[in-house]
Amino acid sequence: MKIAIVREARQNERRVAGTPDTVSRLITKLGFSVTVESGAGLGAGITDEAYAAAGAQVVSSKAEAWSGADIVLKVNQPELAEVELLRPGSTLMSFIWPAKNPELLELLRAKNVTTLAMDMVPRISRAQKLDALSSMANIAGYRAVIEAAGCFGRFFTGQMTAAGKVPPAKVLVIGAGVAGLAAIGAASSLGAIVRSFDTRPAVKDQVKSMGAEFLEISIEEDGTGVGGYAKEMSPAFIAAEMALFKEQAREVDIIITTALIPGRPAPKLILKEAIDVMKPGSVIVDLAAEAGGNSDLTVPGQSIVTENGVTIIGYTDLPSRMAPTSSQLYGMNLVHFLSDLGGATKWNVNLEDEVIRGALVTHEGAITWPPPPAQHPVEVKKTDAGPALPVGPTPEEKAKAAARRSTLALLAGAVALLGLGAVAPPAFVAHLTVFVLACFVGFQVVWNVTAALHTPLMSVTNAISGIIIIGGMLQVSGPLESPVTILAAIAILFATINIAGGFLVTQRMLKMFSK
Amino acid sequence: MPATITTIAYLLSGILFILSLGGLSRQETARRGNTYGMLGMAIAILVTALSPEVTGYGVLAVVIGIGAVIGAILAARVEMTSMPELVAILHSFVGLAAVLVGYASYLDPDNALTGVEHTIHEVEVFVGVFIGAVTFTGSVVAFGKLRGMIGSKALALPGRNLWNVGMILVSAYFGYEFVGQPDHGGLLSLGIMTAIASIFGILMVMAIGGADMPVVVSMLNSYSGWAASAAGFMLSNDLLIITGALVGSSGAILSYIMCAAMNRSFFNVIFGSFGQTAKAGPAAAGEQREATSVTIPEAVQLLREASSIIIVPGYGMAVAQAQYPLYEIVKTLREKGTEVRFAIHPVAGRLPGHMNVLLAEAKVPYDIVLEMEEINHDFPETDLVLVIGANDIVNPAALEDPSSPIYGMPVLECWKAKQTIVMKRSMGSGYAGIDNPLFYKENNEMLFGDAKKVVDAILAELKSGAAHAA
Repeated sequence: MKIAIVREARQNERRVAGTPDTVSRLITKLGFSVTVESGAGLGAGITDEAYAAAGAQVVSSKAEAWSGADIVLKVNQPELAEVELLRPGSTLMSFIWPAKNPELLELLRAKNVTTLAMDMVPRISRAQKLDALSSMANIAGYRAVIEAAGCFGRFFTGQMTAAGKVPPAKVLVIGAGVAGLAAIGAASSLGAIVRSFDTRPAVKDQVKSMGAEFLEISIEEDGTGVGGYAKEMSPAFIAAEMALFKEQAREVDIIITTALIPGRPAPKLILKEAIDVMKPGSVIVDLAAEAGGNSDLTVPGQSIVTENGVTIIGYTDLPSRMAPTSSQLYGMNLVHFLSDLGGATKWNVNLEDEVIRGALVTHEGAITWPPPPAQHPVEVKKTDAGPALPVGPTPEEKAKAAARRSTLALLAGAVALLGLGAVAPPAFVAHLTVFVLACFVGFQVVWNVTAALHTPLMSVTNAISGIIIIGGMLQVSGPLESPVTILAAIAILFATINIAGGFLVTQRMLKMFSK
Repeated sequence: MPATITTIAYLLSGILFILSLGGLSRQETARRGNTYGMLGMAIAILVTALSPEVTGYGVLAVVIGIGAVIGAILAARVEMTSMPELVAILHSFVGLAAVLVGYASYLDPDNALTGVEHTIHEVEVFVGVFIGAVTFTGSVVAFGKLRGMIGSKALALPGRNLWNVGMILVSAYFGYEFVGQPDHGGLLSLGIMTAIASIFGILMVMAIGGADMPVVVSMLNSYSGWAASAAGFMLSNDLLIITGALVGSSGAILSYIMCAAMNRSFFNVIFGSFGQTAKAGPAAAGEQREATSVTIPEAVQLLREASSIIIVPGYGMAVAQAQYPLYEIVKTLREKGTEVRFAIHPVAGRLPGHMNVLLAEAKVPYDIVLEMEEINHDFPETDLVLVIGANDIVNPAALEDPSSPIYGMPVLECWKAKQTIVMKRSMGSGYAGIDNPLFYKENNEMLFGDAKKVVDAILAELKSGAAHAA
């Protein structure tokens, strides 16, 4: 089967749907043949020669690349004119955004194209390796920090220099999804003090693990929605949220917003009044710009400076600004998807497969979007649903119960011993005393043995339990043919093996332990 | 030699044994501890030999000589991976000796006890023989299982707890018959009870399998102690009582620690069958998932890039004898400044502390080998975790999935590290027979192959890469 990697038509798009690395995987691991439209990789700094060296055939004609392929790989959704170039019955894999592009969908259907929308891959753990949205969000989060750093006139990290002290930058990241976490990681590794807010309490630990402080508001409401996104919150919650952001805006130098709710305009979180109180020179990076922006003043696609000197970056092409990395990751997402589809040899658009079905938007002359609802609840990606609460008694209750039990056992033991003392002869009681005391000494001593030496402990106790030899020795002195002597001799023999074997092997082991 | 001196000498031995176990609390004092133990044993044997009851020096010298030679050969020859078998078979010897001493004590014509004391002695003999026989056959079966001569799967009779109770009741009945018979007339009862106890020991250990073997071995360790103690009661010998009690409590504590490490009660291990509960659990919950795998050069790349590494070894590593090349890898990485440590789960291996011995044998310094509690909170700051031949002890289901049969068992939380690599022969499940969600985590890569071959290949790649760099 023949794959074509085509040149992106959209202006300023630098990404490409494959790199020499992913091309060679498609060829060697999955058995495809690959054509690349000449100049497809230039935006990402990849020459035609590099593709050719990886085994691809480079074609100069756009039409030839599109119509000669069984599968066309692309980043952005095709222009309507490009759809005309597709061969009927071929497959297209790219971002499609079917909800926004009904006309495109209809055209693809009419052309009898099988379309797999990379933006419709369900967000379940199995599909993580082909989740292009996450790959791109990760890059966007990182790049947001870099863009902010470029506009911001100060260090991120605090420094004590000979000329004086420079305070660290304070960064607020709103929304701790994939992009938000990437931004937190990038900002904290640059040395900034990072805070983060998210309506989903479950992400708190992830935020902390990336090195940021997790901001909370006093109203309790769980904003966990489906598919790893947040849902819309109540008015009271939103009011409290706004107050928090305004208070933070006064303090922080950089705000990165990543709040998106699927199928709706981005929530307005940073209002004009919050921007007004920000310090001059502060930077807001709005990753939700494409969906209208999280800030009142965001201009999608542009960087503006407000009257009070706050830069608001609303770029919508952050992943494209890191074209080599985003092309590589997107290319790998495609490789994994193609591998799930069976590769060249076992190609099968399996409608039973939840991932394939989810991404499939047109197939065999029909529009197959939206997919039927999944059989089971969609697993929340990146947010473990919090530790499941153990059913049963709490640790404290357990400890109390254990204490009660051991007190009871102690009492019962004492009563039993007293009872025994009432009937048993003195000699037996003396032995019993020794026995019980020895048990207690044993418990105290053995608890101190380090776990690393438990095997030597076992072999040394093996050896000393050979003390039973004394029993044999005391009985071995009768006439040679008497059963007592024979039994005792055998007992001595085995006990000696135990003693010698146990001690010597312990010694051998202990010699091995060295610092 | 006067009896008082013998008694004091026995006291001395007892103290030396306690010091011996105390010495094992730290590596630095462990060898001294072993020496104390030998000294205590030498004093005990010498003093007993010199006591007036002992005159048969010829027999004594011969059997002790033979026994010592056999023991020394065993100790010198045994592979460290076979330590569990050695320990098990040595337990069986103690059990056997206890049975023999019990019979001899019963048949001893010099026994002049009367009245209540006679009855008590008979009860002591009976109990001692029972424990000895259970220890003996149980240990032999454990040995066979560890050795692979008997299938390691748990084999449970239907309604076996009823059988167990029945056997104990029947034994008790014969105990009633046995006590008070004149002229050793109870020998038949004693013999029947010995047979029942032997079967009891076999069935008990047969019903426990796989990953529970460390518990079984420690439990038999404990029994062997109680058997020695019981012999002490029969012979009115305090040293035997003390030593037996020390060993008995030591084994009991080890069993307890092993059970706690699996979040199961001792009762549950001995009387509940693990294999059955595991089967009842959900096979693979929900969606099917896929694990990603890496090649050796990719794994080496990850090793080179990491600045802190934790290695989690399991029994699979020991079986493949991969600890030697593994330590070479550790040395190479440490030379270039990488922090490398080992994390040991209490039930890794087939014996408590087994993994530590195996690593020590490969000369891994013990200060980089850490216990679960010492290292568990370090995983989030660790770049790379290498899991070699381990499965259940790194299963996140133990913490996350209340329906999992191992839910609640403390595990090494290696998935919290930035990256994990799991080396395994296949995607098969571990002893608990359950799926491991770790394999499907985003930050996990599988590296398939025989542990030894893979580790060798990594070492070669690492060395060749180092040569290029130089």
